[in-house]
Amino acid sequence: MQLSREALLRAYRQMKVIREFEERLHVDIQTGEIAGFTHLYCGQEAVAVGVCEHLSVEDKIVSTHRGHGHCLAKGCDVNGMMKEIWGSREGLCKGKGGSMHIADVDKGMLGANGIVGAGAPIAVGAGIAAKIDGKGHVAITFSGDGACNQGTTFEAMNMAVVTKAATIFVFENNHYSEHTGFEYAVGTNKDIASRAEAFGMKVWRGDGTDFFSVYETMREVLDYVRVPGNGPAAVEFDTERFFGHFEGDPQRYRGPGELDRIREMRDCLKNFRKSVIDAGLLEHADIDALDAEVLEAIEESVRQAKAADRPTAEDVLTDVYISY
Amino acid sequence: MAKMMYRDAVVSTIAEEMARDENVVCLGEDIVGGMGTPGGPEAIGGIWSTSTGLFGKFGADRVIDTPISESAIMGAAAGLALSGKRPIAELMFADFIGVSLDQIWNQLAKFRYMFGGKTKCPAVIRMAYGAGYNAAAQHSQAVHQILTGMPGLKVVMPTTPDDVKGLLRTAIRDDDPVIFLEHKALYGVKGEVSDDPDYMIPFGHARLSRAGQDVTIVSTGLLLGFCEAVADKLAAEGIGCDVIDLRTTSPLDEETILDSVEVTGRLIVVDEAPPRCSLGADICALVAEKAFASLKAPPLSVNPPHTPVPFARELETAYLPSVDKIEAAVRKVLSYR
Ligand SMILES: Cc1ncc(C[n+]2csc(CCOP(=O)(O)OP(=O)(O)O)c2C)c(N)n1
Ligand SMILES: [Mg+2]
Repeated sequence: MQLSREALLRAYRQMKVIREFEERLHVDIQTGEIAGFTHLYCGQEAVAVGVCEHLSVEDKIVSTHRGHGHCLAKGCDVNGMMKEIWGSREGLCKGKGGSMHIADVDKGMLGANGIVGAGAPIAVGAGIAAKIDGKGHVAITFSGDGACNQGTTFEAMNMAVVTKAATIFVFENNHYSEHTGFEYAVGTNKDIASRAEAFGMKVWRGDGTDFFSVYETMREVLDYVRVPGNGPAAVEFDTERFFGHFEGDPQRYRGPGELDRIREMRDCLKNFRKSVIDAGLLEHADIDALDAEVLEAIEESVRQAKAADRPTAEDVLTDVYISY
Repeated sequence: MAKMMYRDAVVSTIAEEMARDENVVCLGEDIVGGMGTPGGPEAIGGIWSTSTGLFGKFGADRVIDTPISESAIMGAAAGLALSGKRPIAELMFADFIGVSLDQIWNQLAKFRYMFGGKTKCPAVIRMAYGAGYNAAAQHSQAVHQILTGMPGLKVVMPTTPDDVKGLLRTAIRDDDPVIFLEHKALYGVKGEVSDDPDYMIPFGHARLSRAGQDVTIVSTGLLLGFCEAVADKLAAEGIGCDVIDLRTTSPLDEETILDSVEVTGRLIVVDEAPPRCSLGADICALVAEKAFASLKAPPLSVNPPHTPVPFARELETAYLPSVDKIEAAVRKVLSYR
């Protein structure tokens, strides 16, 4: 199905926001002003956006330690996120969570997560709730090629099948879990989706560096899971991580020229631009205008984050309970 | 005596023990690093550099890089230990006991008792714990209070590189399951270490790091240095503090604590875990029970508040016990004359 001009511009803008948000963090982290562990999502934008462009606020997603892209794609506020990562009390989580714990439940974003493999069971619960509510909403869990080895992920897959939860397991295979290659750590012959299949799920596969591949694949997956009674499904996207595992990772596990090659050949933004121009759907000028606008929006978010209120000692004690 | 970092004391002790006893094997996530990548094995070690070079020396059978599967790692350690091996399993962050607790708590810790004393379970579970990196609620916790309460486990918390050497060797040669807690903010600290190849520090023997007559301060790990700073400052005012580094929380060196409090009459426990059901509560109760007559002031515990560990710099700093908070506690117990 052909996307409208507005939908194309919106999808590109979403991916570009994630890209520039991350490229800017990569620079600002070097100054030492941003605390904590930060895992950048750059390179994988087509997955977050290709999935979330199909979702409404009633659909839920559960994310990972590499969560900025999922959060932005699901509609979390750019300024609120930047402030959170800078540790401000005006941040989306008041500076209490930081990069690894950004959440906005009102937007259907049930949290980034510092525990690898923790998200899948949570998405089963949200998928059961969606099934009970019977309005065709879904819950999506993003998992990496590392997280797919965690027992929690296996349990969640089986439980989703037996409960017919409206849950979608999106596996983002970026070939590395920290410093370990997936060919070593994933025992099923370079393939994650086959595991979901073995649990009794219908599975799909797509190119996670190509927005159109992700978007069209997800249309089929969602058409299936939104039908009451069908239960869960899974999809594996092959993708790339452009930066290190965390900021500061020397990446000695990469091959010669690997980073240049993936930036050249497997950049979802470049691929998108080429496809829409070749097909005569958008002009370079349309995209250039978005690029400039997004850069300014990110610049503004950093200005706001730097100027925002800092938390105080009293703030440590709030938000543990509703009443106690 | 050689000078080395806390993290290097970990690696060198493991290497020495692996060379000495072929039954010692290591397992954990990214402990080789680079497996299945273009860079190849050891392209990059684990994130704490606490296993550097082991794979090259001892090979893939004895240095086992695992998938992200903490439950299976802990269970495999239990199974290895029941099968005549002496596993050293690593949890990258102590917080990940959450994913793997059954294998530690209901399996490893209890086998000997449940099996009527007919088996041994010589496993060491190493883990990096503690705050100071703004790593937020799931990567900063001090978990000793949970594990110390579990019968069947020994719990070790080294503060200095020398303690790492002596206590890790004892842990590896011990026939019971041992939890070995390494504070991540101490990995880069340098100190003198013994080069005796059989250097061992027995469990349940605390170390007196400062001596004084007026107040007993009990701590271990990162906060021990804060306590020493307070003791040094107060010494200049003529106030003497015994600073006791517990080294192990299970077994607990009750004697050293009680002997000290019998002299000082005042106790402060400084602990990085939250206050409820804590080491502080435990030791204050011990002293109230067994040294009641010596007490000149209520025993006090300095802990973070009953909250998760927050992210932002200002929040984490406010969360953790500080030199100022410890000093205030000392002055408070001294105010009871
Ligand atoms: C339970 C648990 N184990 C280990 C870690 C440490 N860790 C954080 S991210 C990561 C690798 C995850 O790999 P993958 O699932 O492929 O996600 P990616 O980093 O590639 O996005 C590891 C081992 C953790 N945070 N939680
Ligand atoms: Mg990965």
